Amino acid sequence: MDHGPAIEVSDLTKRFGRFIAVDRVSFRVARGQVFGFLGPNGSGKSTTIRMLCGILSPSAGFGRVAGFDIAREPEQVRQHIGYMSQKFSLYEELTVQENLDFFAGVYGLWGTPAAGRREEMLAIGGLAAHRDVLARDLPTGLRQRLSLAAAILHHPPVLFLDEPTAGVDPISRREFWDLISAMAAEGTTVLVTTHYMDEAEHCHALAFIHQGRLIASGPPAELKAAWQGCLAEVEVEAAALLPALQLLQRQPQAREVAMFGAALHVTVERPEVLPALRAALEAGGIAVERLESVVPSLEDVFVSLMAREVAP
Amino acid sequence: MTSRIWSILRKEFIEIWRDPRSLAFILGMPVLMLLLYGYGISSDVKRVPLAVYDRDGTPAARELVRRFTSADYFVAVTAVQSLQALRDAIDRGQARVGLLIPEDFSRNLGANRPAPIQFVVDGSDSNTASIAIGNISAIARSLELAPRDLRPQVFILPSGERIEPIELRTLVWYNPELKSSNFLVPGLTAVILMMLAATVTSLTVAREWERGTMEGLIASPLRAHELMVGKILPYVAIGLVDVILILLLGRFWFEVPLRGSLLLLLGSATLFLLGGLGIGLFISAATKSQQVSFQLSLLVTMLPALLLSGFFFPIENMPPILQAVTYLVPARYFMVVIRGIFLKGVGLAVLWKELVFLAIFAALMLLASAVKFQKRIT
Repeated sequence: MDHGPAIEVSDLTKRFGRFIAVDRVSFRVARGQVFGFLGPNGSGKSTTIRMLCGILSPSAGFGRVAGFDIAREPEQVRQHIGYMSQKFSLYEELTVQENLDFFAGVYGLWGTPAAGRREEMLAIGGLAAHRDVLARDLPTGLRQRLSLAAAILHHPPVLFLDEPTAGVDPISRREFWDLISAMAAEGTTVLVTTHYMDEAEHCHALAFIHQGRLIASGPPAELKAAWQGCLAEVEVEAAALLPALQLLQRQPQAREVAMFGAALHVTVERPEVLPALRAALEAGGIAVERLESVVPSLEDVFVSLMAREVAP
Repeated sequence: MTSRIWSILRKEFIEIWRDPRSLAFILGMPVLMLLLYGYGISSDVKRVPLAVYDRDGTPAARELVRRFTSADYFVAVTAVQSLQALRDAIDRGQARVGLLIPEDFSRNLGANRPAPIQFVVDGSDSNTASIAIGNISAIARSLELAPRDLRPQVFILPSGERIEPIELRTLVWYNPELKSSNFLVPGLTAVILMMLAATVTSLTVAREWERGTMEGLIASPLRAHELMVGKILPYVAIGLVDVILILLLGRFWFEVPLRGSLLLLLGSATLFLLGGLGIGLFISAATKSQQVSFQLSLLVTMLPALLLSGFFFPIENMPPILQAVTYLVPARYFMVVIRGIFLKGVGLAVLWKELVFLAIFAALMLLASAVKFQKRIT
């Protein structure tokens, strides 16, 4: 393997008939980084991952994974990656241990080395106590750890995780990310898709993808810094939430208004206009419980990036 | 490479073993079909109900009835007293054959004149009727050996002319008793194997697509041919287990003789199975859905194997277009092979042409599915 980036993609495109699922996407991921791929459902995240794993062939553009060309050397690419798909893709009729043994065999491991890896994975995934349980009887959190264990059993230098934590409880998600961070610290490159913004904070770098196009990328801190304007969080009575949203959307000073949990996030150009917003709300008969500027989260960055894409 | 094939093999066996439905299908279906078809479509016509209208009423007439009913082909179920009653018995289905003995029967016998009797046969089931007629003539012919005073005349002779009857002695080879199970069991083996091979493989591959496990396999270093070999071998093994099951059932339950080589039978069954497995693989790679590929593989294997293989219906009696189609049905060739081995005890010297075709068919099907089975989804 050469010493270039672990993943390098330029102008990667995938067309299904007339539909362009991935449109000239370019990015690079350095070795040992956790790279987050963010975007709404159907934005082209999974299609990109599947091209990088050699499951789909690109329509145009260029991609290199672990030093191998994804279009010309898919066999070598497959030797050097681990892939955990969005859907649970293990055998439900097999036990935890049998599933791991199966994937060890598929990766060419046999006998004592295979058993060693299997035990290592059972330990890492906290699955040793469940080794004889059928995969279909595992709770979601354990299933997902088993999927990960099967994907990393052969110690791949590059790991692709497609929505790995969908439907998993917060504690399991936390443990899962600890595992990912530990692997990255040991030199594994991880490309992960998610739509949990709190998870995105764990990544070294992020890419936002929308309708097949990459709309922004960079480390989380940079993305937040590049975000311009002032963000205000507005709290009102629950019953007044929707009227407040509609009222704020009519204010010329408010660039964007979005729901943020039980509150509203309003983007304005300068903090000086905030008292005017408060006055407008109160004039509209809405009691404002709190209105103050806050530090934007990744979700705010994402929402405003998306809004900018849709607006022009 | 071997570790990868071995992994698939082991996984397939575990999956089959843990899925009671597939196990029941694989082992139960052949036995069920053999028993159902073996009995259900038996063409042996025995114990046909007979209504007797005896207008003679002499011991000679009773002896005649006894002769017809002693061989188990006919059972006298009712004695009627009028032609109308005879008709009613047949109309109601109480009897399928009526025997009318005229009042001058014993007088004619005594005078050494031809003594005609009349049979009325229910022709609504033409198959049973023609077999019953065959049995009637066979029994009537045997009556020639009867005592002089009991010689019925059942031939229809041209009026006034006395012809020297031609003595017909038919010799039946290979299946002298014309037992239908001797004919059906080997034929059924062909139908069952083809169906089973195609449906079971199509299910196993389509399941991988449906459950999303195929995606994991595609992203792994597993190669298409390794996956195919790993998928095919377990089902060849299972197919051969079924062959042995059918063989045992045929030999010891239906008492069908196996006259040829068991090894040749297993070898040609393997060739035939590979073709069926190829069909299943091709269909499941093309459809990617368990339900669609199950129905499709049943359709393209079961009907041709039943109808166009010469199993029920002789190929020579088909219209020329259908006859041409049968050349593409592998079961047609296997039918010749398996009946040849079972009943005639013939070997490679006779069957090589059919076996060459089966080998070519299997190779083409497997090649086609390998092409279809490309590792990429698009």
